[in-house]
Amino acid sequence: MFERTIRSRAFWPLCGILILLFFLPLFAPRFYVYIFALIYVTSLAAMSLNMVVGFGGLFQFHHGVFYGVGAYATALLLAKTSAPALVAFVAGPITAALTGLIIGWFCVRLTRLYFAMLQISLGSLIWAIVFRWYSFTGGDDGIHGIRMPSFLSSPQSAYYFILVVLTVSLVLMYTILKSPFGNTLQAIRDNPQRCEAVGINVRRHQLLAIVIATFFAGIAGVLFVVLERSVFADLLFWVLSLEIFIMCLLGGWFTFLGPVLGTAIIVSLRTFVGKFTEYWTLILGILLILVIFFLPEGVMGYLQRLGGPRPKGSAVRKEEIDASGGVGL
Amino acid sequence: MLRVESVFKAFDDFMAVNGASLDVKKGEIVAVIGPNGAGKTTLFNLITGILKPDRGRIVFKDEEITYLPPYEICRKGITRSFQIVNIFPRLTVFGNVQVAVLSHQRKSSTLFRPAESLAVEETKAILEVVGLLDKEKEIAGSLSHGDQKVLEIAIALGNEPELLILDEPTAGMSPEETFGAMELIKKLAKMRGLTILFCEHDMDIVFSIAQRIMVMRHGETIIQGTPEEVRNNKEVQEAYLGEEHA
Repeated sequence: MFERTIRSRAFWPLCGILILLFFLPLFAPRFYVYIFALIYVTSLAAMSLNMVVGFGGLFQFHHGVFYGVGAYATALLLAKTSAPALVAFVAGPITAALTGLIIGWFCVRLTRLYFAMLQISLGSLIWAIVFRWYSFTGGDDGIHGIRMPSFLSSPQSAYYFILVVLTVSLVLMYTILKSPFGNTLQAIRDNPQRCEAVGINVRRHQLLAIVIATFFAGIAGVLFVVLERSVFADLLFWVLSLEIFIMCLLGGWFTFLGPVLGTAIIVSLRTFVGKFTEYWTLILGILLILVIFFLPEGVMGYLQRLGGPRPKGSAVRKEEIDASGGVGL
Repeated sequence: MLRVESVFKAFDDFMAVNGASLDVKKGEIVAVIGPNGAGKTTLFNLITGILKPDRGRIVFKDEEITYLPPYEICRKGITRSFQIVNIFPRLTVFGNVQVAVLSHQRKSSTLFRPAESLAVEETKAILEVVGLLDKEKEIAGSLSHGDQKVLEIAIALGNEPELLILDEPTAGMSPEETFGAMELIKKLAKMRGLTILFCEHDMDIVFSIAQRIMVMRHGETIIQGTPEEVRNNKEVQEAYLGEEHA
């Protein structure tokens, strides 16, 4: 697979971009370095959502909760105990994955909208606990000024840490989506009944997908703490879940890197248009409508189609995109 | 090998399967026939666990499988094809069969190895047998109907079943395709020593390849016997063959 990855058209441009991003703090102003780091963190959360929704076909609408749980687990360990930072960092994704396991265990028993409703309810329950449990979580005040180990003390080192963790996470996620597990997950998305008929335990497979995706959402949560040194209850609120959902929609569900692009678009809009008007969401809304009408496969899906071989027939072509886009970059 | 002991299944007030019994011995080719709505597909759904019977028992290799979920029944060695094409339309032909082969090898949850290098030979061997190897890279949804029906069978073979259940394998096929599919089924039974249970509307096909035939009407079993016994049975002549050959 490694050879094929190197030979694929997207590999060298991606390496180039990565090298550029690596040197970014050397010439870019601090503010831009921060914005880029924010995009990395959020896009990891969005990609973990894409894993269950885009590739798994599960209606995991309140995915942001696991991002928040990962962030809070790390933040609480750092703020309330003297645990080594490494332990706190590892605890984030593990707590998120355990939460995903518990919530997912109930949810995979249901399908589609019922799955979504239960997932939103159980997720909101966790938000309510964090929001109300003032003495432990700080409620709506959150936790601020979280201590960081010395190697993460400067904004630059935090940037590098986030970039490295993001890169490793992406390689892992890509490998997983290309594995038999990932293939089977997409087969379940397309035809769960047939999967049962060939001996696949569909529920167990979906649960495993949720656990893996929530693990990565937890990593994103830890990176958020590294970047912001604070957590607040909004991290678990449904609005944030909706936001990362829109990032995936904008970027493209069936593409691997689509959510990164979607995140970059939204974070930039909020930062640069939001500076001039608080109605930046209006522009986002219009953009979203345009994308849904004209680029149903998302921006990344559209770019892939431009870069791919010329279509033979539009109907077949659409299916080819879905099939190849299912695992392509 | 498979024994269905008077199973019942009702949908609201409609008795889809009303005390049907069936018995399939190892290595046999058994056909289930009956008019539309006789409950053939429902019976197959009961055997493969997609539906649960209200009453009755289904035994496979001396083990009761009546209430097992579909994926466990598949792992016991029963797989099926579907009457209405039921494939993975967005995967390639190769990918369709590979999903089943990986499941059979218990590798569906392998996380850190590329799927494209796993179970390749086994998958290609199956495509070779059914004659789809030259189309392995095509998207399954773009195949002709006849090829999709053959792919149905290929997916079912991916689990190396002992008992293969085919629900109207030639439905909607052209006469040539039908002939090809029947040759394939005979070949499979011979080469792999498969036990095959199928249902089919075309009586010529049924009487030419089935070793034993079970006749259903209104969800009940009228008779199960050799083609000769079925042909000579008065009740069958009245109830079923009579209608068609009158």
